[in-house]
Amino acid sequence: MREKPEEGILKVKSILEKYPKERRFLLAILQDIQKTYNYLPREALNEVRDYLGIPLSSLYSMATFYKALSLKPKGRYVIKVCDGTACHIRGSLDIVEEIKKQLSISPGEVTKDGKFSLETVNCLGSCALAPVMVINDKYYGNLKPAMVKDILESTGD
Amino acid sequence: MNGMVQVPRRTVLVCCGTGCLANNSMEIYKKLKDKAAELESGFPVIPVLKATGCNGLCERGPIIQVLPDDIFYCKVSVSDVDEIFERTILKGDVIERLLYLDASSGKRVRSFKESEFYKKQFKIALRNIGQIDPACIDDYIERGGYEALKKALFEMSPEQVISEIERSGLRGRGGAGFPTGYKWRQCSKTNDFPKYVVCNGDEGDPGAFMDRSIMEGDPHSVIEGMIIGAYAVGAEKGFIYIRDEYSLAVRNVSKAIEDAYIRGYLGRDIMGSGFSLDIEVVRGGGAFVCGESTALMASIEGRVGEPRVKYIRSTEKGLWGKPTVLNNVETWANVPVIITRGAEWFSSIGTEKSKGTKVFSLVGKVKNTGLIEVPMGMTLREIIFGIGGGIAGSGKFKAVQTGGPSGGCIPEALLDLPVDFDSLSDAGSMMGSGGMIVMDDRTCMVEVARYYLKFLSEESCGKCTPCREGIRRMLEVLEDICAGEGREEDIELLLELSETVKEASLCGLGKTAPNPVLTTIKYFKDEYLAHIKEKRCPAGVCKKLTSYRINPDLCRGCSLCAKRCPAGAISGKQGKIYEIDQGICTVCGTCREVCRFGAVEVAGRATE
Repeated sequence: MREKPEEGILKVKSILEKYPKERRFLLAILQDIQKTYNYLPREALNEVRDYLGIPLSSLYSMATFYKALSLKPKGRYVIKVCDGTACHIRGSLDIVEEIKKQLSISPGEVTKDGKFSLETVNCLGSCALAPVMVINDKYYGNLKPAMVKDILESTGD
Repeated sequence: MNGMVQVPRRTVLVCCGTGCLANNSMEIYKKLKDKAAELESGFPVIPVLKATGCNGLCERGPIIQVLPDDIFYCKVSVSDVDEIFERTILKGDVIERLLYLDASSGKRVRSFKESEFYKKQFKIALRNIGQIDPACIDDYIERGGYEALKKALFEMSPEQVISEIERSGLRGRGGAGFPTGYKWRQCSKTNDFPKYVVCNGDEGDPGAFMDRSIMEGDPHSVIEGMIIGAYAVGAEKGFIYIRDEYSLAVRNVSKAIEDAYIRGYLGRDIMGSGFSLDIEVVRGGGAFVCGESTALMASIEGRVGEPRVKYIRSTEKGLWGKPTVLNNVETWANVPVIITRGAEWFSSIGTEKSKGTKVFSLVGKVKNTGLIEVPMGMTLREIIFGIGGGIAGSGKFKAVQTGGPSGGCIPEALLDLPVDFDSLSDAGSMMGSGGMIVMDDRTCMVEVARYYLKFLSEESCGKCTPCREGIRRMLEVLEDICAGEGREEDIELLLELSETVKEASLCGLGKTAPNPVLTTIKYFKDEYLAHIKEKRCPAGVCKKLTSYRINPDLCRGCSLCAKRCPAGAISGKQGKIYEIDQGICTVCGTCREVCRFGAVEVAGRATE
């Protein structure tokens, strides 16, 4: 986005065009932008503000309220470790500890190379496979801390 | 099949619910499909392959069923595909090693229906799941789908539909158990248009995944229920709000809506009845509080999902200030069956005040984890030890947590409690959306309370003070207790804070937030006292209050613990008794996990 602002804004415009100018589509629009850029760039939010006529402050309150949205870029691979109850009592925090050790990042942070970001989520609804984590769209179930290193190493660009 | 001349045309159902997908079931499905496609077109028994929704037995996935032989295979891997195709699908032979191993009887059973897990269940909301391809509307129609809609539109008046639902005794499956028929009647009486119907698919309770399974595995049942409800109350627009994390559910529901439009079950003048309805999918944004009805409506409107005070019910002023009926996924899925089979049939199932069935996700430290549906009133013992097959591993049952973060922990003494809306509330817990998390003696109840409060403090929207500040203060107290900093007066303080948060919070999130704390104090006070007075965690979970030691009478000197210890804290010689160096030990619990002789014991805080 930084290198070619015109191209970036074009992408935002094509997202906006899909939706009528109604407030009720705001969350969907922001989710599409999040999906395209891995975060909500300021320039994109300006476009949304102009398109829907909603003040930037409201967009910020949306961005900070909903977990699916973020104002900072996420990693290319987003690791979501489930900390739902079933995973929790089957040791999900030990998995988080192991990832922290391997990647030197805490939940909410991104690795220096921008490859991974780490999050904990409240239940992926796969409790039978607890503990579970998802890297982008791939599920890993019945995890043990010892499995973490291999999984991270086999996740490549 | 011996003696039969004709070879049956076999249908192969491959489970492609989220649980099985995580174990590669899509690859198995594709490979089977390729193999079927390779058969010559003149081949007499070209099998039909279907990718179905979740069978409920996620732990044994991937699952394959072969019909009409009714053969049920578990834990199938891609390398088994050739053999399954050649032997079972083409010839009807049973492959013994892939059959389901019944945890209760220890025997392998050929048909799923013979298993203890299945026998005690009664399926209404889950009636089609695992039997149909959710992406195929004809599969749904073949099993009687959209018949209820025809009956409602052409043989019943809206008033008759409402009275049928009222008489059935159906109560909301989302948690609170509000009578569905009464809600519909309130909305139909309101003379303000347009009206809306909403499906709450923002299943946020950790440990619950029944709504996900229904939306993924049988989306048309939800859509049909909503059309009937909209007809009854006079709504012309519907929304299905689906949790952000459930991408497969979004995909399957969207496809089902498209197909329903094509067949004329949605849109203008449905089947020539003059009644019209549009339904749209709305993706959630990842906020637990949006499962609360008024917060969910704010979110559909494109706003921050904060709840409002409910002096005026949503049935009068809901979405955009207009009359709205909001029901949970499972509630909607029950509606078509009630219309088809009648209120008398439905109300003959269950208990006096809780009719029908309830879907539960039975998870945690239980042998058969998965999704089950049972008549209301079955006891916790039957569910956990009958269907669930008892506790997994060597642990002992300690508690079952129901109702998600707003529910409570029920101890062993209450295992014979019949499960319905009222008896669970009386025990201090609640039905909630139906998560049932089994905990054993290696689960610390104080830490469980801390876990839920941590969850709720993060999910509190912050609008009202008792919830925002009260939960946070309670969490701080619990964190202190878990860290060994607890004081004797803390229990009293927790009870006092609980009362304020319960009384003064704006919405259901805050009003029920103290439940995990109150029930654990009520039933497991000794654990709180052990943490506070003796500075030890009986379950060995709270690391600051735990140390491990090897009991010399039980240690056989096998060296396994020393080999597995990630910190290198265990020393000794093979054949001799091993010892843990408390200065190096990180209390990770690996030694206790791997010891086959139960020689690693939990002790209180290590004395340096």
